Amino acid sequence: MSSLWPRIEPLLARVQKPARYIGCEDGAQAPRGGPGKVGWLLIYPDAYEVGLPNQGLQILYEILNERDHAFAERSYAPWPDMETLMRRRGVPLFSVDTHRAAADFDLLAFNLSAELVYTNVLNCIDLAGVPVRAERRGEEDLLVAAGGHCAFNPEPLADFVDLFVMGDGEEVVSEINSVVLEWKASGRTAGSRQAVLRRLAAVPGVYVPSMYDVAYDGPRLAAVTPRYPDVPERVEKRTISDLAAWPYPRRQLVPLTEVVHDRLNVEVFRGCTRGCRFCQAGMITRPVRERPADQVRAMVTEGLARTGHDEVALTSLSSADYSGIAGVVTDIINDPTCSGQVSVSLPSLRVDAFTVGVASEIQKVRRTGLTFAPEGGTWRMRQVINKLIREEDLYGAVDSAFSQGWQRVKLYFLTGLPTETDEDTLGIAELARNCVAVGHRYGRKVTVAASVGGFVPKPHTPFQWFGQDTVAELQRKINLLRDATRRDRGVALRWHDPKATLAEGIASRGDRRIGAVIEEVWWGGGTFQEWSEFFDLGRWEAAMAAHGLSIEWYVNRQRDEDEVLPWDHISAGLHRDFLWQDWQDALSHQGLEDCRWTPCYDCGACTGYGLEHVVASAVPPAGGSQGTGQDLSTGGAVPVELLPARVAATSAP
Amino acid sequence: MRLRFRFAKAGKVRWTSHRDVARMWERALRRVRVPVAYSGGFSPRPKLSFGLALPTGAESVAEYLDVELDGAADPAELAPLLSAALPVGVDVLGGVGDEGGSSLQNDVTACRWEIEIDGDLAPAVEAMLAADSVVITRQRKGQDVTDDIRPAIIRLEFADGVLAAELATQPRGLRPSELLAGLGFEPENARVRRTHQWIERDGARWEPIPLDATDAPLAFGRAS
Repeated sequence: MSSLWPRIEPLLARVQKPARYIGCEDGAQAPRGGPGKVGWLLIYPDAYEVGLPNQGLQILYEILNERDHAFAERSYAPWPDMETLMRRRGVPLFSVDTHRAAADFDLLAFNLSAELVYTNVLNCIDLAGVPVRAERRGEEDLLVAAGGHCAFNPEPLADFVDLFVMGDGEEVVSEINSVVLEWKASGRTAGSRQAVLRRLAAVPGVYVPSMYDVAYDGPRLAAVTPRYPDVPERVEKRTISDLAAWPYPRRQLVPLTEVVHDRLNVEVFRGCTRGCRFCQAGMITRPVRERPADQVRAMVTEGLARTGHDEVALTSLSSADYSGIAGVVTDIINDPTCSGQVSVSLPSLRVDAFTVGVASEIQKVRRTGLTFAPEGGTWRMRQVINKLIREEDLYGAVDSAFSQGWQRVKLYFLTGLPTETDEDTLGIAELARNCVAVGHRYGRKVTVAASVGGFVPKPHTPFQWFGQDTVAELQRKINLLRDATRRDRGVALRWHDPKATLAEGIASRGDRRIGAVIEEVWWGGGTFQEWSEFFDLGRWEAAMAAHGLSIEWYVNRQRDEDEVLPWDHISAGLHRDFLWQDWQDALSHQGLEDCRWTPCYDCGACTGYGLEHVVASAVPPAGGSQGTGQDLSTGGAVPVELLPARVAATSAP
Repeated sequence: MRLRFRFAKAGKVRWTSHRDVARMWERALRRVRVPVAYSGGFSPRPKLSFGLALPTGAESVAEYLDVELDGAADPAELAPLLSAALPVGVDVLGGVGDEGGSSLQNDVTACRWEIEIDGDLAPAVEAMLAADSVVITRQRKGQDVTDDIRPAIIRLEFADGVLAAELATQPRGLRPSELLAGLGFEPENARVRRTHQWIERDGARWEPIPLDATDAPLAFGRAS
C-alpha cells in the first residue's frame, strides 16, 4: 500500500482550495493496514468543507481505528476541478489520511446525509475504480456500504450499494468487520462474494439489497421479499441504548482550512420526541438518550483544551430540551480554562423566552445569530405539523432577543405543507412583519430574515403518504410571499429553489427504478447537485422521461394507506399504524405532546426494542414551548401587550 | 507588550491559505494559553497581525506575525510550546518581545525567494536584467493591471536549477508567479520558497528576526 501523494501534489497548484486534499488535521490518524485488518474508507460524498465536521463519520473513524482487526481512513468527494485532473492523470479516489488509493481498502463506507449527494456516491465509486453497479462487482472488488439518515430509504441506491446500515453505527461496524475479516482471511475465493453478502444480510441492522426480490404491479410496488430464509423480511435499525458508553469523538478533527461548523461539537443527546411530523431525523432516531451532564462537561473542557477552538456547540435535535441545560452552560461559561473567550452555541433552538435567556448567557463572548424555526405561518398550520409554538411563544422569544441587544433574528419556515392554504402561506409574512414590529420597540435597525424551504415528504414520517407540491405551486407560494413582504423593510425573505426541492423529492421516496435515473444524471456529469452552481433540474427531468418514469407519480401523488411503500421492509422501530394515525391527526390538525414527559403513544421505537428514554429530568424544561405542559387554547392568539396596537389590531384572529 | 514570531511553513501544510494559517495561530495561542489581547465589541477578535501573505502552495522559512498581549510573556519559553501546538510543518523559528508600534506590512521592503524549476532560465534571466523595463499584465483585486515590473526586481540569479530572486514589496509587490510569467516560464509545478523578508532603511538592511547562518538551534531573546 503506497502513498499516491507524489502523483497528487502536482495537481494541487491547479485546483481551488488545495487544502481539501492534504489531510494533516489535528486528530487525523495514519493507521497501518495489513492482512489481519479490514480497511474501511469512510467517505462523505460532498466537498471536504461540508464533510469534515460530520460527527457520525468521525465517531466511526475512531471506533474502527481502536479495533485490533480494523483500520479506517477518510475521503471526500473531489471538487470537479480536481476530479478532471485526477481522471486525466489516472489518479484514483484516495484517502486524505495517508493518501492511499481507495482500492487498497476492503470497504467504501458512505455517509448519506442528503439525497442530492447520491450522484456523488456513484462518482466516488467510479473514481475508486470499482464497477458502479453492484451486480458487476466480483471477488476482487471491495464492498460498498452506506449508512446515515437517507439510508432509511435505501432503494434508490440499491443497485449501487452492497450493504446498508440502519441506525446507530457504533456497535454494528464491529460486527460487519468480523464478517469481512473472515472473508478476507479465506482468500476471497470464487463465489465467496455472494456468501459474504448473505452472511452480512443476517447481521441485525444490515440490509443487503441484492438478497431481496422486488415485484411490481404495473407502476406500483407489489412486494420486496427476501430470497433466502436466513435473510430477514424486515430490517430493524440499530440503536445504542446508552450514549454514555460512547463518548466519541474523543479527538475531534481540527481542520487546517475553513469548514462549515468550525467549532468543537459535543453531542448532548440523540433522538427527539417533539414529534414534528415533517422531521425525519426526529422520527428515526428515537428514543431520547441523554449524555450525563458530567460527561458533557468533561468532553467540553478536554475538547477545548486540546483543539484551541473558541466555540463549542452542544448538539442534538433540540438542545434546549437537554435536562439541566442551564447548569451545563453556566459551568462552561464560568470554567476558568475557557477564560471568557469561549462561546457556546445551541443549534436548533426551541422558540421561547427561556431559550433566549440561555442564549444571551452563552453568547456573552460573541453574538452569533439567533435562529428560530416556527416552520408554519399560522397556529393551524403548526398544529398540522405538530410544531406547537403559540404566537405568544414566538413574539416573547423575539421580544426577549431584541431587548437583549440582538438586531437580527432568523426564522425558518416550510411551505408546501399538507393542507396548507394561502392564508397559512401568507401567515409567514405576517409573523415576520409582527416580529419586526416587536423589534421596533427597541430600535429601528432590526432585521428579520425569513427563510422558506419547500417541503419534501420523507420516509418513516407521518407525512410519507403526502403528495409534494409541484414546482409551479411552490413558486406561486414563494411569489405570494415576495409580494406580501415587498414593502416591509425589516423583513428579508429568502427561499430555497423549488427545482432542487423537486429533485430531492424524486430521490427521497423513490424505489429501485430511480436508480437508473440517478445513474443517468451522474453519467451525464450531474455531480454536486447540492450546489446551486451545479444543480440542473433538466438532467433529472430528462432522465425520468428517458426511463418512462412519471415525476407526478413519484413526487406529487398522494399515497393510500394500503400502498406498499419502497421502504416498508426497513424499520426505524415506528409502527406503521402509529404513523398513519399521526397522519390522520395531522389532517384534522390535532397536536401531540412530547412523550418524554407524557404517557407513551406506543410509536414502537422504545417498546419494540426494549428501550427507554434516558432523560435525567422527569419534568419538561422551564418555559418549555412546543406544547408540553402548556395551555394551547390560546395558540393562535396574538398577545396584544407584545405588539404595537396597529399590528395587533390587524392580526388578531 | 507585543510578541513577534518568525516561523516556517513547509510540507503538505503549504497548501493551506494565508487565512488558514491565521486560524491555526489563533487556535495554537489559545491552546498554549498565551494572554492575547482581544478587540472589543460584539465580536471580539484576537489582535494578531501577519506580514505579507505567502501564496498558497509556497514554502517559507521567513514568515512573521505580531501578537498583541494583554499582559506579558516570554517568547523564548513560548516558541517550542507553540511549535508543538501548531500543525506539522509550521514551526516557530524565533521570537522577540517589544513595545510594538511598527508594522510588518509597512516595514518590510523586499522578500527573497528561491524557486526550483526545470529548464534553463539563465538566458531569460540575463535578458531580463539587461532590459530597462519588463511590462506584464497581472491581476490585482480582480482587475487586470499592466505595468513595468523591472523596478521591483532587486536581484536575480539562476544556478543549479534554482532561481533566486529578491523582489520589492513596495509600492506594489511582485509575486514569484508574476516574475516567472515575466521570464516567459509558467511551469505547472515550480517549488517556491520564501527565505527572507528584508527591511531596508537609510542604506542599512536587516530582518525582523534574523536566523543564524548555521543550522544551529536558534537563540530566543527579548529585543527590548
